[in-house]
Amino acid sequence: MHRFANPTRFMRISAVLLPWCAIAAAVFVAIGLYGALFVAPPDYQQGEAVKIMYVHVPSAWLASLVYAVVALASAVALIWRHPLAHIAAESAAPVGAGFTFVCLVSGSLWGEPMWGTWWVWDARLTSVLVLFFLYLGFIALANAFDDRTRGSRAAAILAIVGVINLPIIKFSVDWWNTLHQKSSVFRMGGPTIATSMLWPLLVMATGFLFFFATLLMLRMRAALLRAKVRALRFGM
Amino acid sequence: MTRKRRRLYFVLGGVALLGLAVGLTLSALNDNLVFFYSPSDLYAKDIAPGRLVRIGGLVAAGSVKHEANGTTLDFTVTDGRKSVPVTYTGTVPDLFREGQGVVVEGRLAANGVFGATTLLAKHDERYMPPEVVEALKKAGRWKEGANGATVPSVAPASAAGASR
Repeated sequence: MHRFANPTRFMRISAVLLPWCAIAAAVFVAIGLYGALFVAPPDYQQGEAVKIMYVHVPSAWLASLVYAVVALASAVALIWRHPLAHIAAESAAPVGAGFTFVCLVSGSLWGEPMWGTWWVWDARLTSVLVLFFLYLGFIALANAFDDRTRGSRAAAILAIVGVINLPIIKFSVDWWNTLHQKSSVFRMGGPTIATSMLWPLLVMATGFLFFFATLLMLRMRAALLRAKVRALRFGM
Repeated sequence: MTRKRRRLYFVLGGVALLGLAVGLTLSALNDNLVFFYSPSDLYAKDIAPGRLVRIGGLVAAGSVKHEANGTTLDFTVTDGRKSVPVTYTGTVPDLFREGQGVVVEGRLAANGVFGATTLLAKHDERYMPPEVVEALKKAGRWKEGANGATVPSVAPASAAGASR
C-alpha cells in the first residue's frame, strides 16, 4: 500500500490517468443522457417526469459512495498515517457534498409533481440530509484549526463516526414506512426497472463515477502542488 | 502490539460499538421513525381521536367519491386487512387514483372518518414503459394492488408489511 501513498508516484500516475478519466466521464454522460432523454421510454405511471431519475439516482449513489471513500481514507489516515490519505479525504468531501446537494434538489423537483410535496421528513430524505450535513461538518472541521494536522484528525474522526449513516440511508426504506419508494436496482430478486430504462441509468452512473475520479485526482494534485508551493515559500 | 495495530483495533471497535448504540437507539425509536401508520396500526395503537397522524395504504378500488362542491373527496385507505374512510379537501397529486398508494395526514374524527389535511401520492419501486404494463394486463399478470403501496396485494403477506 505504501507504494501508492507516495506523493511523487501519485503525481506521475494521476497525470496519465486524468485525461482518460475526463474523456470517459464525458463519453459515458453523453451516451447516458442521449439514452435517457431520447431512447428510454416514459414510465407507465410517471410519464416523462421519470427522466429526473437519470440525474437523481446516480448522484444519490455517488453521494453515498464518495462518503465511503472519505471515511475509508480518513481511517487509513488515522491508523497508518499515509501522507496521501488526508489529502484524498479532504479532496473528495466537497465533491461528495455536491453530489448530495444535486440528489436533494433533483429529488425535491421530482417529489413535487409525483408525490405532491417538495419535502417530507421521512427516514430516507432525512438521512440523506444528515449525510449532507456530515459532509459540511467534515469540511468545516478540517479547516477550523490553525494547525492543519489537528483539523484533519478531528475531521477524520467525524467522517468515521458518520459512516453509521450509510446503512441507515440504504435500508431506511426497508426498515421504516417512508414516502420514498424502496430500492429498484440494488435489491434482492433483481431490479424492478425495465431494461430499456435501466441501461441509460447504469451508463449515467458510470459517467458520474468517472467524473468523480477526475475531480478527485484534479483536486488531490492541486492540494499537493499547493503544499509544495507553501513549503517552498516558507522554507518548511 | 504495534501502535498502528492498536489504532486499527481502536477504530474498528469504536465503529462497532457506535453501530450497536445507534442500532439500539433506532429500534427503540422505531415508532417515531415511521412516516405513517397503516390502517391496521391505527386501530391497533388505539390513537386518540383528534391527534395529528399520517396513515398510508392503497386507495380502495371503487371507493373514490367526489362531493358536490367539487373540491372534497371521499375515499377509503386500506392495507388489505383494515380500512379507514377518509375525507379530504384540496388539490390532488397527479398520481392519485384507485389502487394507488397514498399517505394522508390529518385527524381521526369521533365518527371514525379520517379528516385529511394533506394528501400525498406514493408510488412503488417498479418502473416500466406503458406498453409493458398493457401487455402484462392483457396476460393477466398485472397486480394493481401492489401498486405504490408498502403492503403487497396478497393479504397474508400484507400483515408483515403493515405491522412494520
